[in-house]
Amino acid sequence: MKVHFKQDEPDNANRLDGMKQDVLGKPVSRVEGLAKVTGTAPYAAEYPVANCAEGVLVTSTIARGDATHIDKDSVLSMPGVLAVIDDERLTTRAAQGTANEAPKQGPRQVCYWGQPIALVVAESFEQARDAAKHLGVEYREEGGAPLDPASAETEEQEDETVRQGDLAQAMRDAAHSVDVTYTTKGHASAAMEPHAAIAEWEGDRLTVHASLQMLNYNISELADALGVEEENIRLVSRFVGGGFGSKLGISEEVVAAALAARELGRPVRVVLSRQQVFQCIMRRSETTQRLRLAATSDGTLTGFGHEALVSNLPGEEFAEPVLQSSHFLYGGENRELMLMVARIHRMTAGSVRAPGEAAGMPALEAAMDVLAEKAGIDPVELRLRNIPEKNPEEGLPFSSHTLAQCLKQGADAFGWDSGPRRPRQRREGEWWIGTGMASAARVHNIAEARARVTLRPDGTALVETDMTDIGTGTYTILAQIAGEMLGLPPKTVMVDLGDTAHPRGPGSGGSWGAPSIGSAVYVACKAIREELAAKAGVAEDRLELKKGATSDGQEIGDLLGGKDLVREGHYEPGDIEDDYTASGFGAFFAEVRVNAYTGETRVDRMLGAFGFGRVLNAKTARSQCLGGITWSIGVALTEALEFDPRDGHLVNCDLAEYHVPVHRDVPDLEVAMVEERDGAASPIQAKGIGELGMCGGAAAIANAIYNACGARLFDYPMTPDRVLSVTAD
Amino acid sequence: MRPFEFTRAPSLKEAGSLTAASDSMAIAGGTNLLDLMKLQVETPSRLADLNRLGFAQIEDTDDGGLLLGALATNTETAVHPRVRRDYPVLARAILAGATQQLRNKATNGGNLCQRTRCFYFTNIDQPCNKREPGSGCGAIDGIAKLHAILGTSDQCIATYPGDMAVALSALDATVLVSGPGTDRSVPLREFHVLPGDTPWVENVLERGEIITGITLPPPVGGTQLYRKVRERSSYAFALVSIAAIVEIADGKFTRADLAFGGLAHKPWHDPHLADALVGQAPSRELFDTAADILLEDARGYGENDFKIPLARRTLHAVLQQAAEDAA
Ligand SMILES: Cc1cc2nc3c(=O)[nH]c(=O)nc-3n(C[C@H](O)[C@H](O)[C@H](O)COP(=O)(O)OP(=O)(O)OC[C@H]3O[C@@H](n4cnc5c(N)ncnc54)[C@H](O)[C@@H]3O)c2cc1C
Ligand code: SF4
Repeated sequence: MKVHFKQDEPDNANRLDGMKQDVLGKPVSRVEGLAKVTGTAPYAAEYPVANCAEGVLVTSTIARGDATHIDKDSVLSMPGVLAVIDDERLTTRAAQGTANEAPKQGPRQVCYWGQPIALVVAESFEQARDAAKHLGVEYREEGGAPLDPASAETEEQEDETVRQGDLAQAMRDAAHSVDVTYTTKGHASAAMEPHAAIAEWEGDRLTVHASLQMLNYNISELADALGVEEENIRLVSRFVGGGFGSKLGISEEVVAAALAARELGRPVRVVLSRQQVFQCIMRRSETTQRLRLAATSDGTLTGFGHEALVSNLPGEEFAEPVLQSSHFLYGGENRELMLMVARIHRMTAGSVRAPGEAAGMPALEAAMDVLAEKAGIDPVELRLRNIPEKNPEEGLPFSSHTLAQCLKQGADAFGWDSGPRRPRQRREGEWWIGTGMASAARVHNIAEARARVTLRPDGTALVETDMTDIGTGTYTILAQIAGEMLGLPPKTVMVDLGDTAHPRGPGSGGSWGAPSIGSAVYVACKAIREELAAKAGVAEDRLELKKGATSDGQEIGDLLGGKDLVREGHYEPGDIEDDYTASGFGAFFAEVRVNAYTGETRVDRMLGAFGFGRVLNAKTARSQCLGGITWSIGVALTEALEFDPRDGHLVNCDLAEYHVPVHRDVPDLEVAMVEERDGAASPIQAKGIGELGMCGGAAAIANAIYNACGARLFDYPMTPDRVLSVTAD
Repeated sequence: MRPFEFTRAPSLKEAGSLTAASDSMAIAGGTNLLDLMKLQVETPSRLADLNRLGFAQIEDTDDGGLLLGALATNTETAVHPRVRRDYPVLARAILAGATQQLRNKATNGGNLCQRTRCFYFTNIDQPCNKREPGSGCGAIDGIAKLHAILGTSDQCIATYPGDMAVALSALDATVLVSGPGTDRSVPLREFHVLPGDTPWVENVLERGEIITGITLPPPVGGTQLYRKVRERSSYAFALVSIAAIVEIADGKFTRADLAFGGLAHKPWHDPHLADALVGQAPSRELFDTAADILLEDARGYGENDFKIPLARRTLHAVLQQAAEDAA
């Protein structure tokens, strides 16, 4: 039986708080953890499939033009080579998140350096890889492709534009004003597991094991690309070795494997090389951002300007939503916000770890530090003074607002000194030491979701949905939610994810997984409780379930009368989205040291205080925050995609040369969770967590660098060469 | 990766003859060679595995120095009690490189022969004179942040990327080479060569020559430092690195053996530096003079211009620290 619930009103009943099992929110370890660390959890490429052929993609060596001739004969006689696939249906870039339709197809038309143009299939991986390198390809190059966002044609993203009042005038009238321009470099998702797919046809039915974040959308994307019915496709993604946005949409290997398997009549596996993952999946756009802040003498904002330039391929709709939280984080009645997209021929720009705020907040929050200094106000205080009552543009109320609490609690826990701040005050040997802080904000996302819950007479339950767990803890929290609602220890709740044979979940992305699918499980469990309550002869809201029995001792098994009780929960976000601005908030505090000689920066300690609704599992929630803070160290100090200025190819395309933070870069991190109940966010009062932890943290580090050594930098990442360029001897 | 024939070299002599042909290569830990073979930057048809040859010893030499077997791993070398006690600059340099996992596999011989990390060298769809003579240098006018500022040529501006050899250069170590004709010893400072017009030549090894070991002269004591400046605190190649062995007596330098990584196609050693420092009292002015000598012919290529001031400042830091430690 299906149960539909559309949330049109905030749910402040906080029903989960009244349940008796007492497992929700507890720091339960990830249920699949042991399987993962013992190597028994299969990732996409690891399914044993008999008679599987191996495919390797061939990628372009020009930025724009056509592959006019593919000389299949050049490789078909090589040992083991089975086929060269250059089907027009091959996709040439990854689909954007929630695209729901095929990304660009037609491999002959080249739009960026490194674009897939064919697939070579052989008996062994090594044979396929060798042949792929040998495949003769002739191009007609269309020279002069724009490669540099600074000089390319731009388009305004009109729905992002805000013009309110007169910012120029506010800047002129301001007691303190700041007009600064920041840049951020492009980022790669850098998930550990490379993109991979095994495709197998049985008649007209296709099964694909792949590494994907959003099966619900991916199945439509794949069906559209192949021109087959969705009903004939099964996608399986039980374990995903990190996605960070790069697996939101189907990528090139999925369609290639399916087409090859069809043509050869046998299963085909395609695994991207690390270089290909970097070169033909997704990048976060580089950005240039101008911040204008106008304030009265006490630091109250009267004007707020944020203009950003990002880039993408011609025809791509996605534009890094840099301004997302700038629209509502601080007040200021005179506002100008604008987002421009430059059309350039680099690989697709798309969602990479907290698209928008991950690039926008480092600029905004560094500019706030400049303002705090100019106005002579403690940076924490400056932010406290500028928290708006309601959304300063749309006028909507906030569903909840924890920024002030996070700022205060974080400052306390960190030992923030609110006294006067001057740079270059503390020196230990070669090192300048300083502190900095920044606000965190990340819009709350939520999506339609379905999950089936089966309660069994033996006192166990089963949760089924095509939702994915990309390493975040989804398996675990769903067991906790169902366990809490049904009075079962989480160990007795089996969770089966990542299979489109199950009801459709929202997928993992935009931090919406837990609130969305959690709500679907909640809806299903609530319906089961109603049924049980009826059988037990009490009202549902009085039904107390614990350890498989009601409070008056009736066993669940007896109430079920020997039969499974199955409910499919269907959660749908309602009009509530039009009534509230919902966001996670937080605050970062960092202490860094900067080497006076070499300009190297090391983070000594960092603390994040975050408010994101209900904590479903204290351990996995904290881990998400730790991961987010770690990424913000990357944004601040090390991560940068480098493109060749002449042909636009991505130069640093492996994990040795694209620098994500390593263990030694990550100091003791502290997380303070500011628990709250946000009834408008979801019926389980939870919001997204994962991305919030990296939205602004880079600015706390940048501000600390300035406080330490007096180097005010406007370009991320703040590598030694950049620090040195503005540091006196 | 191309198909290749793999032979376990049963003896040094056979290792020599196995690697004498132009399409043959030696393999030790494989941490560099296999990566390059997967990318088809290296395409040997035959591999001679050296791992059964012995040469994994680390032992005292008659003159009180130390012999490091070519097949001893970087980890074994860095943790060896004598290396730690008598040649701390070497232990520090090795531990500043790569990761523990890589160092467990990487051998001393392979480390000396590791290839440059130039992005254009490792991408076979880009021009590179080192990989494909005459195809041009992709790094010049390209992304050259990691590239050399000393001893470059119009043909190639790549760096030798390793750390261990920088310490070996400061220590004035000797490379033991066994060849088809005779065995020979090559001072480490002369082992690697500048790119000139033949950037594909990186060291003096001839075809069929195998490194069997490295000898360190008797310990000299002093303050021994290895400073590696890098973009992240581990698992990154040096922007600039300095190995320093310094002694001070009566307030004046009596020894200043310095070698530099990240600046050139080889570990950089300039005898004029020691000449300028020895006999002088440490001071900022003196350090500047030393930096002037080091960087006299330095040339940036845009992206790596910063290495010139960075090398100067790092030299200041190292000499300052050495002076303080020695005092
Ligand atoms: C991601 C990554 C990061 C790294 N970071 C650093 C770093 O920060 N600092 C650093 O110094 N190094 C670093 N390295 C390089 C590492 O130190 C080398 O790969 C390693 O030392 C090579 O040793 P090997 O035994 O594995 O050599 P192999 O890969 O087996 O061989 C390398 C080369 O040496 C030749 N060779 C090997 N042994 C002999 C011999 N006895 N005689 C003649 N020729 C021989 C081979 O033919 C081949 O050309 C890094 C490597 C990787 C992959
Ligand atoms: S610097 Fe040397 S290694 Fe790099 S591209 Fe130029 S020639 Fe090749």
